[in-house]
Amino acid sequence: MQATDSKQPAVPVIHVAPSPHLVQTASSTRWMMVDVLIALTPVVAMSLFVFRGYALFQLAVCTGGCLLAELLFVRMRGRPATVKDCSALVTGIILAMSLPGTAPWYVGVIAACVAIGVGKVIFGGLGMNLFNPAMVGRAFVMISFAGALAASGFEDLRSVVDAVSQATPMNAYKMNGVVTDLGNLFWGTTNGSLGETSALACFLGGLYLLVRRTVSWEIPTGLLLAVAAIGGLADLVGPADGWTVLHHLLGGSVLFGAFFIATDPVTSPLTPKGKFIFGLGAGLLIMVLRLFSGYPEGVMFAVLFMNALTPLINRWTIPTPFGGN
Amino acid sequence: MFQRVENVDHKKNEIHGAAMTLKLKGYAGNGTFAHGVHPPDHKDLAKGASIRVLPTPDAVVLSLHQNIGGPCEPVVKARQTVAWGELIGKGTSFVSTTLHASVPGVIQRPMRMTLANGRHMETLPIQTEGEMPAGRDLWEEIYGGHWPTNGLDAYDPQQISRDISAAGLVGLGGAAFPTHVKITPSDKKPIHTLIVNGCECEPYLTSDYRLMLEAPAPIVTGALLAARSVGAERIVIGIEDNKLPAVESMCKAAAGTGIEVGVVKTKYPQGSEKHLIYALLKHQVPLGGLPADVGVAMSNVATMAAVARAVIHHKPLTHRVISVTGKGVVNPSNVLAPIGVSFGALIDYCGGLTADAARMVAGGPMMGFAFSNPNTPVTKGAGGLTVMTADEIRAGEESTCVRCGKCVDVCPMNLVPTKIAMASRHQNIALSRRYNIMACFECGSCAYTCPAHIPLVQLIRAGKARVVAADRG
Repeated sequence: MQATDSKQPAVPVIHVAPSPHLVQTASSTRWMMVDVLIALTPVVAMSLFVFRGYALFQLAVCTGGCLLAELLFVRMRGRPATVKDCSALVTGIILAMSLPGTAPWYVGVIAACVAIGVGKVIFGGLGMNLFNPAMVGRAFVMISFAGALAASGFEDLRSVVDAVSQATPMNAYKMNGVVTDLGNLFWGTTNGSLGETSALACFLGGLYLLVRRTVSWEIPTGLLLAVAAIGGLADLVGPADGWTVLHHLLGGSVLFGAFFIATDPVTSPLTPKGKFIFGLGAGLLIMVLRLFSGYPEGVMFAVLFMNALTPLINRWTIPTPFGGN
Repeated sequence: MFQRVENVDHKKNEIHGAAMTLKLKGYAGNGTFAHGVHPPDHKDLAKGASIRVLPTPDAVVLSLHQNIGGPCEPVVKARQTVAWGELIGKGTSFVSTTLHASVPGVIQRPMRMTLANGRHMETLPIQTEGEMPAGRDLWEEIYGGHWPTNGLDAYDPQQISRDISAAGLVGLGGAAFPTHVKITPSDKKPIHTLIVNGCECEPYLTSDYRLMLEAPAPIVTGALLAARSVGAERIVIGIEDNKLPAVESMCKAAAGTGIEVGVVKTKYPQGSEKHLIYALLKHQVPLGGLPADVGVAMSNVATMAAVARAVIHHKPLTHRVISVTGKGVVNPSNVLAPIGVSFGALIDYCGGLTADAARMVAGGPMMGFAFSNPNTPVTKGAGGLTVMTADEIRAGEESTCVRCGKCVDVCPMNLVPTKIAMASRHQNIALSRRYNIMACFECGSCAYTCPAHIPLVQLIRAGKARVVAADRG
């Protein structure tokens, strides 16, 4: 057995390893993250268009904060650096997109530190966390800085950016019964968290993730179905105030949540059935919070609550093996 | 999806057309199964290479354990001269079979060797001495001549099974299960259908494909004999739709015999016993059960050809067709070689290794065994030798599971591989049982797909061993 290339002095180095000996080279955890980043482009672009400097500022604070927090906390735990897997970048952008543009810098920094530190690294890093890190960070600042993240915190009447000087559509409806035009909700020219305003941008990004199969279709489908069903029911039995099921779907962060937050693989169930149940549950909770709680929006708490149920859902949905009954 | 044999006059393109339509009458299944993967098949490397006959090697090494089940014990002594095809070992139990000299020569002192699958086994080396047919003559001797399709009623079902046992036949598709255990009349579990497995779903391998092209007649005769032995009324040859020339060849050879050719979708692991049965007949073999539980017997095409030779000519299994393929081999080929020849001799015959060859695999890349010693002997179950290059095997570094569920989406057994793997990594037997660890047949679809490059199959294998050990107490 001689190598054919005579310049090679010896028999080639032969490795042994367990089967399978083929790997799908196109797939890696990093590529999944890059896919999410690509899918976030329309959302980020739209937020920059609508919120201008506010969006740029919040993106810089949150992504910078998350990357630094990742470096710092991973090092404190004495683990090899994990910044290259891009997951901290994804968390940073999703966090920025879920905050109001007007939030002061320290809110973003603290949210980033909590997201990465408490949301992820404490549990053992990527893949080990129970709760969506970006939502952990956001929930922390929402409770700690109630003023900055309450409905009034979104508004800055002196702002030169149009969107920021208005009330958010969800709050305008909750407090004053003002119904925002569907067109504005679709294009995104309203106030709100940076990434949630444009239904179109969320759809485009979500479509990309679905086509690339980076996220499974079951979670967004289940979530949107539940929102549509309960929103439709509320539409039928509730007062005819012009806020329809379409407003429920396009307004607030339902679409951003359905495609970018609830679909976080780490904190959602493993099996297709479990994913669908997870989506349905999240959609149900969103509507319960919107209709019956003091908050105008409920995506964040709904996702966090379903994250907590994920291990149980996994247990309930162990699939029947082929040939089993 | 299916082409029935009654339409055998069709030209190739019409068979192609039929294969592309979704479902033809007469099959309950829809030609495929849920989940599975589509690895690049690389069959182009060797599928055009006609089977060549390896010149008789100077020596062979015959493992006394060639099959699943019990080993055989030698019936010859060292320095004894044996003829080609002479019995040298006999089975020690029912699930065990006989062994024959694959070359004429002198038996050497028994020695222990490591087989490709990693097991250390007692072997009988034979130093070649004396003449045997070679080249085209050997091909004609094994696969040539007339193979009857009529008058097979004269063969007694019990006798067919005994002849198969006497010829030392095992499943040549890779699992090497003694054939006489499956192909035998049974009152307890009546068999209605014999499925002949011509899927060859492992990437790279082309030995079954070439055999279906070059020797379809013995496959047909063997299938008729096997069906007579088990009492099956129906015979279906299952072939994936990326092997349409083989479909055409088998249709032609089977014309007028009532044997059907079922064209199934190209997808890994379509050649898995349970999944081919489902694709054709829509029967689900129960967990832990056998095809016989749903009235099916299944055997590989190369095994059928060997059955024909064993029953009609009373000749034992001494040679088999092996694909020597992969980007790490200079001339990928299909070779008719004696059992017991070293893999190294096969590689030399096929031009040697390329400079970037990095891994030798006995079998195909999805389920085959990597080995490093070129003196490792070929066993009856080895359908191929795949040599992979450094580029192909370079796996990414393992990272933590992000629970993306891609392994769940591809598992043909509908399991949750990551949960089972993590349970066995943490030696949690109860948890791995809850997730049905024993249903896994280690096809490798999950590990192939895993974006975190977790060695799922290896972890599950270790977990299964632990469960088996726990069951034994």
